Amino acid sequence: MTAVLEARNIVRDYHVGGGLFSKPRTVHAVKGVSFSVKKGRTLAIVGESGCGKSTLARIVTMIDAPTAGELFIEGKQIDIAKDGLSSEMRRKVQIVFQNPYGSLNPRQKIGDVLGEPLKINTGVSAEERRERAMAMLKKVGLQPEHYHRYPHMFSGGQRQRIAIARALMLNPSLLVLDEPVSALDLSVQAQVLNLLADLQDEFQLTYVFISHDLSVVRYIADEVMVMYFGEAVEYGTRDEVFTDPKHSYTRTLFAATPRADVESIRARLARKKAA
Amino acid sequence: MADAVANTPGPVSIDPSRRARFAEFWFYFSENRGAVIGLFFFLFLIVLAIFAPLIAPHEPQAQYRDAVLVPPFWQEGGSTAFLLGTDAVGRDMLSRLIFGTRYSLFIGVIVTMLALVGGIFLGVIAGYFRGWVDTIIMRVMDIILAFPSLLLALVLVAVLGPGLTNAMIAIALVFQPHFVRLTRAAVMVEKNRDYVVAAKVAGAGSLRLMFSTILPNCMAPLIVQATLSFSSAILDAAALGFLGMGAQPPTPEWGTMLAEAREFILRAWWVVTLPGLAILLTVLAINLMGDGLRDALDPKLKRS
Repeated sequence: MTAVLEARNIVRDYHVGGGLFSKPRTVHAVKGVSFSVKKGRTLAIVGESGCGKSTLARIVTMIDAPTAGELFIEGKQIDIAKDGLSSEMRRKVQIVFQNPYGSLNPRQKIGDVLGEPLKINTGVSAEERRERAMAMLKKVGLQPEHYHRYPHMFSGGQRQRIAIARALMLNPSLLVLDEPVSALDLSVQAQVLNLLADLQDEFQLTYVFISHDLSVVRYIADEVMVMYFGEAVEYGTRDEVFTDPKHSYTRTLFAATPRADVESIRARLARKKAA
Repeated sequence: MADAVANTPGPVSIDPSRRARFAEFWFYFSENRGAVIGLFFFLFLIVLAIFAPLIAPHEPQAQYRDAVLVPPFWQEGGSTAFLLGTDAVGRDMLSRLIFGTRYSLFIGVIVTMLALVGGIFLGVIAGYFRGWVDTIIMRVMDIILAFPSLLLALVLVAVLGPGLTNAMIAIALVFQPHFVRLTRAAVMVEKNRDYVVAAKVAGAGSLRLMFSTILPNCMAPLIVQATLSFSSAILDAAALGFLGMGAQPPTPEWGTMLAEAREFILRAWWVVTLPGLAILLTVLAINLMGDGLRDALDPKLKRS
């Protein structure tokens, strides 16, 4: 099986311009991260806020160019800073954002939201666009009558389904999910995660799943990369990372996860009584 | 869902149709009584302007040499043939005022359109591209803003030559910076929203992003500013007319009428007061309407 996505030593620096009282300085958001994802697999990137997860997502989605390093998508090297981006490559990677309330244009009907990628990138007729949008709506668990509605008429979970549908309209091979469920409540999270898993099976999708929620990662990931201040401190299969974390930060991260199973609650109560 | 909509009257409707959105808009707009009065007065002016030849009792240019400076009909010496009296060369004031509505509304529409279109274009470009493009556009706009608006318009008209068309161009140019700034600010806020990035990832080019994705979400403040400039345009055009730089006599433009009547201010109050009153009422009505629009369109002022 070939790697859909391969990144070698990705570096991203931001230059913060000097103001009146401060010198210009450089922020290293991502410091030489390498990883690869095979077709149909899920790589989860975990880390705290500000550790460079979202920067990495923007680089992989080809929104921003990396300062240094190489990015291969389906074996082809991508360098948007130098070569720009063909619409063919654009179609291969799509993204789902964290906040479902900001990621849909409030003035656009759902049908147009879903039809827009096709309209821009392909020459398919309006009729076919409509049919494909309808089919995709059904696939993500919405109804055809939602086609003519505006985003503000949907709940958070429904909006995230729409965002996923939009991302899938161009049949991408790689889907970057930037904390897709962290803005949703728990029951809806499970629905969306199940939807994502089903879609992965159906379309042989490759996911890069960015999250800070370890229980979600444990559920969906095949491989896990832990990031800490722009560096990948741990990278391995899910079982490796979860059963035997090597880096001290990973252990801290796991220890910080609240546990809600009956055993641990009992243990906690026992500790409380003893104290 | 449809049933739920039917059962919840009032402003918090989620019905998609244009009619429901208008109903919501009207709910907020009609709370402001001044705005409603302003709207109806404005509609009345539009009707006057469209049907001016049918409504006006006389031709606006027709001179009645035996009826010079006749006072309004309720004063001694007035006659019902000239309801609001006549001016110094015997033209019927009422007819001239009615025809003047045409000029005022025309000026308002053209000036606002020119300033709006140019302002939106420059503002979207400045806000979207930032960098040196933004710097150049905004510094030029700052220079225009630094001049007193009427003075700059006066200079422009002096350069272009007096006349209504040139006056309108000059006023539009003076009003432009307000629209540019407003658009730029709104675009800068919207530009970094996720839906814009999503459209970018979907492959949308700069033009589509600027005018089809971002711009529709920036329209509410622009509509309000447009209404308010509509009245300022009428006022400025009248001022230019009064200074002899706008519409030229015998055009029945209100500002020009004021200028022509200046010397009779002590002998015949009506030739000065009535055009002034017409300007005042029109500007007031449109400003009231603009305030109401702002209240109705600003989501921050909505109580749901």
